[in-house]
Amino acid sequence: MALKHVNAVIVGSGAGGGVAAKELATAGLSVVLLERGKFHSPAGCRKDDLRNQRTSALGNGFGPGDERNPRVLVDETGKERIVLASEGGYSNNAACVGGGTFSYGAMAWRFMEKDFRMKSTYGAVEGSTLDDWPLTYDELEPYYEKAEWEMGVSGDDSANPFRAPRKRPLPMPPLPPNREYEVLHPAAKRLGLHPFDIPMLRNTAPYNGRGPCMRCRWCVGFACEVDARTGTHNTVIPAALATGNCELRTECIVREVLVDNRGRASGVVYFDAEDRRQEQTADLVIVSGGAVESARLLLNSKSRLFPNGLGNRHDWVGRNLQSHTYSGAVGLFNFDTYDDLGPGAQIAICDYNHGNPGLAGGAMLANEFIRLPYQFLDYAPAYVPPWGPAHKEWVRKAFRRTIVVIGPTQEMPIFEARVQADPKVKDYWGIPVARLSGGKHPHSIEIARFMAGKAEAWLKEAGAARTWRRQPSRGLSGGQHQAGTCRMGGDPKTSVVDKYCRVHDVDNLHVIDASVHVTNGGFNPVLTILAVAYHAAGHLAKTWKNTRGRV
Amino acid sequence: MPRKNGPLKRRGFLEAALTAAASSSLVSCGRAGGGAYWRFFTAAEARTVDAICERIIPADDCPGASEAAAVNFIDLQLTRHYKKHRDAYRQGIAKVEEAARERGGKVFAELAPEQQLEVLAEIEEKHAGFFALIRAHTMQGYYGDPRHGGNREEVSWRMLGLPSPPVRGRVPYETKAG
Ligand SMILES: Cc1cc2nc3c(=O)[nH]c(=O)nc-3n(C[C@H](O)[C@H](O)[C@H](O)COP(=O)(O)OP(=O)(O)OC[C@H]3O[C@@H](n4cnc5c(N)ncnc54)[C@H](O)[C@@H]3O)c2cc1C
Ligand code: SF4
Repeated sequence: MALKHVNAVIVGSGAGGGVAAKELATAGLSVVLLERGKFHSPAGCRKDDLRNQRTSALGNGFGPGDERNPRVLVDETGKERIVLASEGGYSNNAACVGGGTFSYGAMAWRFMEKDFRMKSTYGAVEGSTLDDWPLTYDELEPYYEKAEWEMGVSGDDSANPFRAPRKRPLPMPPLPPNREYEVLHPAAKRLGLHPFDIPMLRNTAPYNGRGPCMRCRWCVGFACEVDARTGTHNTVIPAALATGNCELRTECIVREVLVDNRGRASGVVYFDAEDRRQEQTADLVIVSGGAVESARLLLNSKSRLFPNGLGNRHDWVGRNLQSHTYSGAVGLFNFDTYDDLGPGAQIAICDYNHGNPGLAGGAMLANEFIRLPYQFLDYAPAYVPPWGPAHKEWVRKAFRRTIVVIGPTQEMPIFEARVQADPKVKDYWGIPVARLSGGKHPHSIEIARFMAGKAEAWLKEAGAARTWRRQPSRGLSGGQHQAGTCRMGGDPKTSVVDKYCRVHDVDNLHVIDASVHVTNGGFNPVLTILAVAYHAAGHLAKTWKNTRGRV
Repeated sequence: MPRKNGPLKRRGFLEAALTAAASSSLVSCGRAGGGAYWRFFTAAEARTVDAICERIIPADDCPGASEAAAVNFIDLQLTRHYKKHRDAYRQGIAKVEEAARERGGKVFAELAPEQQLEVLAEIEEKHAGFFALIRAHTMQGYYGDPRHGGNREEVSWRMLGLPSPPVRGRVPYETKAG
């Protein structure tokens, strides 16, 4: 039986897809939201320290599963291997209703003005496709504000003189300081830095009908059992469903976007929870699968008119895969710094995001989220033996006495860091899998090293008895902050979508997720993904008026 | 909210997993020598693995990996997520026993601690892949959640001074789910 035709079909219910569903459904369009993962509720929450979205030793907590979703990874030496979804190198984010926002840490950063104008600010960087966005901060500002107020952000960035201008403060105050905050704040002041409270998509007061954070030990990577952490699963998606115009179908994996003989998108083919092939036709198709899967889907959507996949006339789909080059330092103190209060990350500085001599950018630095015992082992310094009595002794002494300061260094995008559709390997449904290859730009590593030094200096000033740096690796960047694979731009020859996320040569096809980021800022990306989605989907809803998406 | 196969299915799974976890802690009472109880290991293999785990995280004034039942964690996971590592364990354990016989003429578990360390140093060098695996799994079985078969009675969490029950503010209907 053919499925009922709708105005819009959206692939993926994460950050971008969730906002798009709400904007279109409230504007009166009929919407089908397809999600390959499951719906999880806070009541089904199980805090499992070996099986979650951050520590996947025993599997991913919120998808995808290992059995059906392999990828191919080509390493720096050109060797290729199959990787499973819970293994390192897979570049996973999540597969469930809410996507990454269901289990993330929820830092909610606005990028700075210069983050949208990286090439104008720093000039061309050799070997990098560094460029400006076709959008400015000023154009996005109202949509940042909309995301902050509609979804609910807590924090206080008024003490941050480097922040981009905002018209309205954040709707909720920050959590009271934890011990790490109290140790780091005066130290930053002594160094002449400008510490402030991290903005977070987390209720600190009742907001939107949900209660405040109870500060548990299990935050980033887990479900929030009191539903205080905010994602698209508990805000915009329920709002979309409440209009009566949106239907959410879970465990439905989209295989390809269909095009008609005039080259317009006509719908999608997907496999439902019982593995039946379904065809959903629609006036508009919106791809919001995250940077790896959105690129894979466009590349797998081949037809006579689009032999290399959709949006890929100039070979830009899947290119510029980037994330953040994380680096920082760990400090060991002579006194307890652990107070068992989640989420843990609370204090940040933006003193080193820009203006670092000889460097094209930088990063925000913040204290790390609260660490569970098994996770903590990762932070051991090289001087501690990896096992035996000395290791145990160190864990025991250091667990309550370390602070980690770390930051997401903005990366120099490179054309050869990419997602392709693998020519041989297929997933459980017979769909060619994502093939990931490439590495990092040497300048990204250089900036990250500089940031590690700054983190270390902050910890030393705070009184750390010993410090050691967390150095970045050269390997491909993807994972939780994956972005860039369907770049936004004014020139169809060097980008995939326009400033409203519309694919250049298919006027009723949009990509609304992290894929469109030209550069990824020196910040966790989600608030920018949400703001861009509000901007693009709002524009689409306004211009819709029975034009069926034609311009 | 409209959904398919959502929480209900998951709930069922949770309960099944819980039952399994509950029975496994009973099983682990017969650890090290209680051959009939092991899911994957033979009694002899379990004894070897138990002794290796204890060298990786030895007892001091706090329990070591043996008392935390890390071997029970590994045995259980070899029937679940770590099925893919079965061959690595069979072969790795055989290598350890081979090295133990060469060095001390005894099975690994019966060697003196110093000799065990020599054997493990050799394994760490010559069979780095297996050693990294059993090292990581021992850490998981010691520092990870007891629901997976290790960290018996939360020995490691108590060592680190983490308050228990672990989740604060749990609403009453949640206390059953683990
Ligand atoms: C543990 C963790 C911590 C994080 N912490 C932070 C943080 O503190 N701050 C921050 O800014 N960001 C954080 N992130 C990152 C953030 O979650 C992501 O940047 C964001 O969710 C990406 O949004 P997106 O719309 O691009 O894709 P996603 O949110 O990944 O959504 C894509 C969705 O599409 C679905 N999908 C993909 N392909 C298909 C298909 N073919 N058919 C059907 N469905 C499909 C996927 O299952 C997924 O649900 C974190 C992420 C994780 C996992
Ligand atoms: S720390 Fe707060 S927001 Fe995070 S999971 Fe716990 S209660 Fe939820």
